[in-house]
Amino acid sequence: MSPALEVRGLRFTYPDGRLALGGIELTVEEGQRVAVLGPNGAGKTTLALHLNGILRGSGSITVDGLELNDDNLDEIRRRVGLVFQDANDQLFMPTVAEDVAFGPANLGLAGAELEERVAAALRQVNAADLARRPPHHLSGGEKRSAAIATALAMEPQMLVLDEPTSGLDPLGRRELVETLQALDMTLLIITHDLPFALELCERSVIVDGGEVVATGATPDILANDALLRRHRLEMPFGFRKDNA
Amino acid sequence: MHAPDGFLNAGTAVATGAISIGTIGVALRQVQDTIKDKQVPLAGIAAAFIFAAQMFNFPVAAGTTGHLLGGALAAILLGPHMGAIVVTIVVVVQALMFADGGLTALGYNVLNMAIVPAYGGYAVFRLFRRVVPQTSGGVVAATGLAGLVSVVLSAAAFSIQWLFGATAPVTFAEVFTAMVGVHFLIGIGEGVVSALAVGAVLAARPDLVHGASDLDPSQISQQHRVPIRTFLIGGLLAALFLAAVVSQFAADDPDGLESVAIATGIDESGEDHALGGSIFADYATEGLENESASLAIAGITGTLIVLAVGWGLFAAVREKKPTASANA
Amino acid sequence: MGAGHTHALYVHEHSPIHRLPPQVKIAAAVLFVFSVAVTPREAIWAFAGYAVAIAALSRISRVGLHFLLIRLVGVVPFIAFAFLIPFIASGQQVEVLGISVSQEGLQAAWNIIAKATIGASTSILLAGTTEIPDILAGMARLKVPVVFTSIAGFMIRYLGLIVDEIGRMRVAMTARGYDPRWLWQAKPIAQSAGAMFIRSYERGERVHDAMVARGYRGEMPELRRREPTVREWLLGAMLPLFGISVMVAAMVTT
Repeated sequence: MSPALEVRGLRFTYPDGRLALGGIELTVEEGQRVAVLGPNGAGKTTLALHLNGILRGSGSITVDGLELNDDNLDEIRRRVGLVFQDANDQLFMPTVAEDVAFGPANLGLAGAELEERVAAALRQVNAADLARRPPHHLSGGEKRSAAIATALAMEPQMLVLDEPTSGLDPLGRRELVETLQALDMTLLIITHDLPFALELCERSVIVDGGEVVATGATPDILANDALLRRHRLEMPFGFRKDNA
Repeated sequence: MHAPDGFLNAGTAVATGAISIGTIGVALRQVQDTIKDKQVPLAGIAAAFIFAAQMFNFPVAAGTTGHLLGGALAAILLGPHMGAIVVTIVVVVQALMFADGGLTALGYNVLNMAIVPAYGGYAVFRLFRRVVPQTSGGVVAATGLAGLVSVVLSAAAFSIQWLFGATAPVTFAEVFTAMVGVHFLIGIGEGVVSALAVGAVLAARPDLVHGASDLDPSQISQQHRVPIRTFLIGGLLAALFLAAVVSQFAADDPDGLESVAIATGIDESGEDHALGGSIFADYATEGLENESASLAIAGITGTLIVLAVGWGLFAAVREKKPTASANA
Repeated sequence: MGAGHTHALYVHEHSPIHRLPPQVKIAAAVLFVFSVAVTPREAIWAFAGYAVAIAALSRISRVGLHFLLIRLVGVVPFIAFAFLIPFIASGQQVEVLGISVSQEGLQAAWNIIAKATIGASTSILLAGTTEIPDILAGMARLKVPVVFTSIAGFMIRYLGLIVDEIGRMRVAMTARGYDPRWLWQAKPIAQSAGAMFIRSYERGERVHDAMVARGYRGEMPELRRREPTVREWLLGAMLPLFGISVMVAAMVTT
């Protein structure tokens, strides 16, 4: 059974010449939940944008056995759902329902089938009541749920989320955890929120300077203070061994 | 200047509507050629920017404030076609969704607030760019003058429409003088704010300024030295021209314009007027001299506006397509 | 001038007008206002009729006359200009309350006031009974190019965000003692506008990425809406038909 995601030797340079990714090696098995940790500027978001073919670097990206190339971008984008850091960038239609419908409509769905797909996606994030609301009027947590719904509506095999807890209040965070726990799909979560990573993801990788510098079970990674500190990471107060 | 319904007569509403639809149709087709799929969200957000920029006021004098029209700014940042389209969308949405401006007035509202300032302003911008240094400072100066003139052109266009479609016996001369005079002052604010805004964009993201796309990086400096002299001279010339024109209305013996009027075949003593009898028969003016002067002014102004907008349009159509951007 | 109102006019109610498909309402509103605009000003009874129709619609739509009157504030500057006309206009003079005004000017002022008010009321009722996304859909159904309505859609969506950001910039500037009164002090405002443009543009690029991530290939997908029934078209046609018949009657009898 092929892995959900296989990234081999991914390199990418920004237009101004800076090296963003210097050869990423990453394998994610189906159903796994992997946290992507690392300092700001490490290239995590850049990596995420490659997984969906928005950015194109050298090397290979294989999603469930299908290697990404110019001809199968549509299918790749159906398989890999992306949830952006700023939900406002992802909610661009006049109402939430239209936003959620945008993806499947591009896939060719229409009519009753489209409506059902939209309803199902909104149910998955407990946001059925947001359907007719304009995105501008939503709270941070509601925007986050709506954004996730827009990705879920494409029925992806894998979801990549970029800093999903940023800007959420504690209960919003809790609701997000519950929503993601209930999803039955492979998850790749970029996050600074280490307890969040611990709760959701059995596996973690650390990306720094455009490369994967560590990989392992989340509890092991987070217990390694020296490793964390080397990459500008640290468990929050109250979670550390030295002040338990 | 979001005129309500009934301000101008039906004929004018229909005629300006046709002109507006035609021009925007041309603009849409022009951007379709160069429109990469990026343009739709970018244009939308640019439209939101213009809409928002129109809402916020800037100080003018002693605490009084003014508002941006934005047509010239949009044309210089986005290109004239996209600029015209974007401001048109702002005006149309304001009418349909915010009841700002009459539904039947859309023809002339779009023409005056979007098409004339965008294309006319762009024409002035290009004209001045030939005269100023080929630096970012030159772009800023040209933007300032374009902003000023775009507002004046807009007011002049409305006055010309009043000539044809007035529903009240206020003479073209009075409307023209009042509109253009006031908008010259407003235009100064528009020019200054537009120039500074473009300057700010040039400093950080020069690639986003369509009007500076012909400059290479060496000509773009962080600190623009705007040739103040050019700015002042340009502004002064515009002011002098305007004063000369406006003063003719007040003069008892406008020789220069008289001869123009006679030369163009406008009979100053009879009732056969070039534009037809009813307007001037019903709406008497202060004196026959002023009538021919009015017609002459109208003729000259109308010609200037058509020249400016037309040249802006065709210059834009003829422009080299911008080089394709890095990646999708 | 230019300082448009951005308070959405939509009034959340359940009325026969609210339920009408948007393209029907837009078409009806435009046709009605055209017939109003063309009605000869001498037929004062016609305008009374129009006013009654507007009042009736504000009742039926549950938007309410009070709401309508408040929103009509936008037309006030032009009404003010209209009031000035009899004093500055030329033509035969007539005595009103001891003041000499132009007779033609009085008629012209009435003309503008009546048509502007009825026209604006129609616009307010349209916006009051139709949500913004529906107005966009209605425009598309009335053959407005998709490029146009798509751009308008994005504009609507991000307007609030940009206004908020500008507002925050202003607050930050004020907090640092910025209190400009004269044009030459406007530089920070203008520069912040430039910065705002760049931020907006960069957001536009991110939005485009998000669209591409969901399968966008350059054409906005057609999000189908329900076709209006014949009954709905007929219902919508009532207003313009009323307008046209009154207009014709007024033209014929004047």
